[in-house]
Amino acid sequence: MSFPWAQHYEPKHPFMRYLDERLPLPRLVYNAIGGGYPVPRNLNYFWNFGVLSGLALVLQILTGVILAMHYAANQTVAFQSVEHIMRDVNWGWMLRYMHANGASFFFIVIYIHIFRNLYYGSYKAPREMVWLLGLVIFLLMMATAFMGYVLPWGQMSFWGAKVITSLFGAIPVVGQSIQVWLLGGYAPDQAALNRFFSLHYLLPFVIAGVVILKIWALHIPGSSNPTGVEVKSESDTVPFHPYYTAKDGFGIGVFLLLYVVMVFFAPNYLGHPDNYIEANPLSTPALIVPEWYFWPFYAMLRAFTVDFILPAKLWGVLAMFGSIILMFFLTWIDRSPIRSTNYRPLYKPFFWIWIVDVLVLGYCGGSHAEEPYLMISQIATMYYFAHFLIILPIVSTIERPKPLPNSISESVLHGEEKESAPFGAGGVMPGTEPQPAE
Amino acid sequence: MVRIIGFFVGLGFCLVLAIAFFTGAYNQITNPPAETAEKEFHLHPKPLALESNGPFGKFDRAQLQRGFQVYKEVCSACHSLKFVAFRDLKDLGYSDAEVKAIADQWVIQQPSINPDTGEPATRKSVPADHFPAPFANEIAARAANNNALPPDLSLMTKAREGGAAYVHSLITGYRDQPAELLKKFPTAKTPKGLHYNPYFANLNIAMPPPLVSDGQVQYTDGTKPTVDQMGTDVAAFLTWTAEPKLERRHGIGVAAFIFLLVFSVLTYMSYQNIWASKKRELAHS
Repeated sequence: MSFPWAQHYEPKHPFMRYLDERLPLPRLVYNAIGGGYPVPRNLNYFWNFGVLSGLALVLQILTGVILAMHYAANQTVAFQSVEHIMRDVNWGWMLRYMHANGASFFFIVIYIHIFRNLYYGSYKAPREMVWLLGLVIFLLMMATAFMGYVLPWGQMSFWGAKVITSLFGAIPVVGQSIQVWLLGGYAPDQAALNRFFSLHYLLPFVIAGVVILKIWALHIPGSSNPTGVEVKSESDTVPFHPYYTAKDGFGIGVFLLLYVVMVFFAPNYLGHPDNYIEANPLSTPALIVPEWYFWPFYAMLRAFTVDFILPAKLWGVLAMFGSIILMFFLTWIDRSPIRSTNYRPLYKPFFWIWIVDVLVLGYCGGSHAEEPYLMISQIATMYYFAHFLIILPIVSTIERPKPLPNSISESVLHGEEKESAPFGAGGVMPGTEPQPAE
Repeated sequence: MVRIIGFFVGLGFCLVLAIAFFTGAYNQITNPPAETAEKEFHLHPKPLALESNGPFGKFDRAQLQRGFQVYKEVCSACHSLKFVAFRDLKDLGYSDAEVKAIADQWVIQQPSINPDTGEPATRKSVPADHFPAPFANEIAARAANNNALPPDLSLMTKAREGGAAYVHSLITGYRDQPAELLKKFPTAKTPKGLHYNPYFANLNIAMPPPLVSDGQVQYTDGTKPTVDQMGTDVAAFLTWTAEPKLERRHGIGVAAFIFLLVFSVLTYMSYQNIWASKKRELAHS
């Protein structure tokens, strides 16, 4: 589906007409990311991150496929094969640093993308399916990243794998059997490494498949926008190409600039030094931490220190998975029909507390499991769950939202979104002006 | 329904966390964690200025050669360098003939097989070989080193927090155990066979001080071989062994950055240009 005023694909060259009648692939592209996809005209830079996450996925697959030509998934030589890539393979060092930092940048982009979704309420009807598919991609990404981190077979690879797979051991009765089944043994070794490599190669293509479903689902209602008001007329939209291809081009430039700075000037900054020590099952590192993008979840896992009905470890595992599972129900937990947090005065402060809360959890997750970090992460985990499960349902019921603009065009005319505002329009915010102009 | 279930799930998590929090707080008050010598006396590495630092950093070839000499004459007695090949030394400015001579004259020989009998044997190194390990295996290494295992040095500056600065501080940081440490923690006396070093995580390291006196290594380029100089040189050398492509990386990084800067400016200008008509059209509507 698209809006009735969407431009139609009209092949001009005879060959394109010939092709269109037999394999309408150019038509598909035109309607998906070309002139045939009308997009709200008021999108801000936060709407760049969908395209950027697609770029990050492509970068990971391209570099990963080449790295896999030189990597050996065998516990006796895996570490050596990574050093072989770093030293003897042409451009191997660059590919590996691009891949390792690419994972971090993928998560940075995805986290900003999720932030945008939560702030502007993109998860609400009619875009629930886009949000749910996005969460599926996020879970697949986490699994892929975790298994990828095991492949270099350094100390943190080995001990990270051991800690994370032991989480399944917390499940009552069947936990131990599941853990042994997943690892193919009692501790990570050849069987685990080999299957992690296989799955690490497979899952990105599964992600690519879900991405196609997600874009498909997105094109039914069309993109959301910063006002949260749905598109009403042709003047609310612009064709994706050239307006947003141009804007995404600039976004890609900035993204690659930051990426290049990390890859070439601080390639190991986001990694852990212990992973340059070969895996040794007999020597436990002083501090076992996952990669930075898992820190908030790791902090929640470690926050449960007391057995209460269930063992502490099981509570931690439930909370860690629960923190993401609850996101699947967000559309039904948040009853407010207002999408953008800009118009939700009561919800807004709680939302920002939650953002700070996640950052605090991230800091605690990267620290030693000792006081005061445990106590801080206990409070922060409490807020995490209270925010979604207790505060949000109540706030969304009692809140009185600010008046919404009548349409996207009207809010643009007000200069509310500076980027798409017409020349000369001031920065009038909604709510400060009693009557809409015109 | 979802909201009601969610409400009780949230309440449950909060309750368990509250119990954990108050238990933790109670323990903290009644039984505060004891202070440890490691926490109080451990030092962070001193900053080390190397030519290779920073986004434009390049290796100082003469320094790398001096550092290699220190490795050869001091470290290599116990520490392997298994990811580095003799041929790689050409990066330090040695000629093919010099590399060949270094490999040929390396004291430790390569393990091999006697071609006539099939018995284990040794042979001289050639440039294509990696540096041979000083011990045949871990058991031999531990037996010769008071049950401590000298780690491989190839990746040392990437495998420790602080990198080259840590290596430099560690090998030049040996000293007597401070009297105040013993006064405060009488049980923390450095055990026999270990050596006090505040830059080492648990303060007591098995490695004896490797650089003990000025002039331990005779430099041929006129540099004064003080302990600090030798420590700096070998830290620079180990920066190279851990990251031999550093110069290439910096060079390509600068080029890629400039390219993308131009790319971003151009795409920004085209973005503004394309949107200008849309904005003007709106202003006149």
